[in-house]
Amino acid sequence: MSMPSLKLRAVLNHRLDMSPFTPEFVADKSADEIARTPIWLGNRQVDTGELFEIRDNASESLLIQSESDKLDMIGAAMKHGSILVEGNAGAYLGRSMTGGEIRINGNAGLAAGCAMRAGSLVIEGDAGDFLGGALTGERQGMRGGRISVQGNCGDRVGDLMRRGTILIGGNAGDFCASRMVAGTIIVLGQCGRHTASGMRRGSLITAGKPTSLPATFNRNGIHSLSFLTLLRQQIASQTGFSGLSEIANEVERWVGDLSCDGRGEILILQS
Amino acid sequence: MIINGTQIEETFAEAFGMSATRIIITAIDAKWARIAGETMTGFATSVIGCGVEAGIETELHPTQTPDGRHGVSVLLFAMSGKALAKQLETRVGQCVLTCPTTAVFSGMQGEKQIPLGKNLRYFGDGYQISKQIGEKRYWRVPVMDGEFLCEESVARTSAVGGGNFLVLANHQQQALTACEKAIAEMGKLPNVIMPFPGGIVRSGSKVGSKYKSLMASTNDAYCPTLRGLVNSNLDNDIGGVMEIVINGLTEADVRQATRIGITAVCEVGAAGGIKRISAGNYGGKLGQFHFHLREVMA
Repeated sequence: MSMPSLKLRAVLNHRLDMSPFTPEFVADKSADEIARTPIWLGNRQVDTGELFEIRDNASESLLIQSESDKLDMIGAAMKHGSILVEGNAGAYLGRSMTGGEIRINGNAGLAAGCAMRAGSLVIEGDAGDFLGGALTGERQGMRGGRISVQGNCGDRVGDLMRRGTILIGGNAGDFCASRMVAGTIIVLGQCGRHTASGMRRGSLITAGKPTSLPATFNRNGIHSLSFLTLLRQQIASQTGFSGLSEIANEVERWVGDLSCDGRGEILILQS
Repeated sequence: MIINGTQIEETFAEAFGMSATRIIITAIDAKWARIAGETMTGFATSVIGCGVEAGIETELHPTQTPDGRHGVSVLLFAMSGKALAKQLETRVGQCVLTCPTTAVFSGMQGEKQIPLGKNLRYFGDGYQISKQIGEKRYWRVPVMDGEFLCEESVARTSAVGGGNFLVLANHQQQALTACEKAIAEMGKLPNVIMPFPGGIVRSGSKVGSKYKSLMASTNDAYCPTLRGLVNSNLDNDIGGVMEIVINGLTEADVRQATRIGITAVCEVGAAGGIKRISAGNYGGKLGQFHFHLREVMA
């Protein structure tokens, strides 16, 4: 099945809501129909054709080409199929997605993969704050699927995360894994301050010792954990994460956050 | 039909539909993986008294196991999915969870699932940790040597149990030697186990007994010491009879194992004292799988 490509024509002055354009929405539509689809630009609606050049794309992926960081909610609530973003994305990339794959070769803005339930989100550049976090007012963040970021991330990665896996090839900002409920976050670089603050359950696996840990974490000792073999096999095939296959199962384990449930863990890989 | 001087009797083995599963046990080395496998498949020769029939299918090299350690694959067969689930949970809980350094994984895919770590996790007393890796869920249960890693569930499948053949020899030792050769060859096959001690049964049974409380009793027609006393199936020169019982995941697996086993026995042949190959059945009315020996060996 051939999917269209949407190439942004001009520089945007306002934020653009891209949520209508999921693979299932465009699958059975002609270029004209897509061009007539109204989308929100700031506080007004415009036809998609005013902003995008729409072409047939000899690919099974919906292609979005943009250097703007104002294209919000790309792939929001998508169920299946594939979206390829050439360039950058705005906020809420893959918000509440329940399947399929989004791949972006640039940077993503705030709250990428927030409230995600399943599927795969691959960001080849950097990601903003609240990666895999929760929708405002909700008590749980990402609830399944996998997010892979090859670059660095902002603050509050996996805030309120409930399930799923987040891989970060670079560094994570402050409050990484804050208020985490469950799931797995892997940071191959360094985590910032207040790492895992308010963490209830789940695992934060990091190659470098975080800049600071809350006083409510206790050192648990050096352990060799066999589940890491399975985890490593699962993610070592990901681009940018092949180095994981050479890391041993030995980790320094910290448990907490004892100010709340206290059954979370920070595993610092021993090279 | 005569092969190498051994007569293949015109009869058939009667086998039954069962429910089966395969798990993979890994450990720090091959020795401890085998200990765990042997322990959990102990007292698992017959569903009549043990609730399940189980055995080690094969030993696994680290490249063949999920966690890259030495392992064994174990097959378990029961008369129902419910019985299988109960036995699996009990045996893994008592024999594998307790065994140093072990981990347990599902060894087969399928839609019908039975719990593996799903209930065993409660041993962790609230400190157990769930970990979803790919499409599978695992449980990390804290134990005194570290963590017991256990996959949440395992598939079960319909299978075939009770395939068999009898080896009739001049002497007990000759029957045993031939059966040992057969087991050595059959043990190389995937998807089958021979659940009895060393794979060999010396106490074949018939249905029923003069004692009302017994479901099964000695197969008097094949007992050399009852010749002349009962309606014996043994010629005067038969001094020892042994049986090999085969459980397999499919009818084809049991058929192939039967063929390989009988072939190995017949290589010993009449020169080694093997006079006849027979099989156990119940007139064909109880089991839905019939393995006619001459067809199998044709």
